[in-house]
Amino acid sequence: MSTPMLAAAIVLSVAITFGLRALPFLIFSGERKMPDWLQKLGEMLPSAIMAVLIIYCLKDVPSDFAGTGIQKLLAVLVVAVSYHFKRSTFFSIFLGTAAYMLLLYFF
Amino acid sequence: MKISKETWRLAFVKSLPIMCSYFFLGAAYGIMMEETGFPWYVALLLSMTVYTGAFQFVLITFLSTGASLLTIAITALLMNSRQSFYSLTFLNDFKRMGKRKLYMIHSLTDETYAVNCTLELPRKEKEDTMFGVALLSHCYWMAATVAGAVLGQLIPFELEGIDFCMTALFVIIFMDQWKKASSHIPALAGLTCGIVCLLIFGQSSFILPALLLVSGILFFAGRKEAAE
Repeated sequence: MSTPMLAAAIVLSVAITFGLRALPFLIFSGERKMPDWLQKLGEMLPSAIMAVLIIYCLKDVPSDFAGTGIQKLLAVLVVAVSYHFKRSTFFSIFLGTAAYMLLLYFF
Repeated sequence: MKISKETWRLAFVKSLPIMCSYFFLGAAYGIMMEETGFPWYVALLLSMTVYTGAFQFVLITFLSTGASLLTIAITALLMNSRQSFYSLTFLNDFKRMGKRKLYMIHSLTDETYAVNCTLELPRKEKEDTMFGVALLSHCYWMAATVAGAVLGQLIPFELEGIDFCMTALFVIIFMDQWKKASSHIPALAGLTCGIVCLLIFGQSSFILPALLLVSGILFFAGRKEAAE
């Protein structure tokens, strides 16, 4: 990755992320209310985006099933089950990552 | 403007759960950045300026696979759009915070949102505590990033598989959203669009069409529902 490309990627990311955080302060400065459809989109979008990102993380599972795929799926299971019962973000991320690293190491 | 010692103490206590997860995730982020070939100061710069864990992880894989600026921009836009909705919650609180307003806007994350949402305090203490939580969390994140990047350099072997913590983070956020959601259709639409686009476009270029497709579907679904 070239430096100008990296710089462009960083500037773009910062501008978009800060812009999104600041957007409501620009739009809703007065008493203006959010339109209903936007409210709906705001409720629906995050979980859909997160679902796509999970697929993104698991994209190489079918093509490399024996190498890293099955390990990834098992580790996802560890995260899901432990989080379902304990509801501790830190604990589940730690446990799942440790499980994945160990599975990769031993199998 | 001066924040009292008691308020700092309260902010620290409130920020403890954030500290745990930021130290681990931030360190993992620093290690991944180092292993991808970025120096520690680039990792720190990103943690300071972009400061949104989930997207920073995705950005590493984008940078290392040479994704286009368009892909980066659209993904940032869609992934971080949730921050806009967090901001909405604090419109009135932040507006009163004068000079701190811009920093409060910049430092809003999933975690600080969750903690600052639950504060029930008189106005001055609430604002000071929110600021304290935001500043401390930002510092944990940056410190952990640098620690991870340095650690990654010191450890002679590769920490193979550390990148899984990005997957784990997404699974957890997804489960939280699943629990809160009144309808699971958006989540299932996301999974379906992701898988279908993966099959059609292949591993290296499916993320952009998948994100666009599912947000397009939800946009029209939302409009239709709002119109009814």
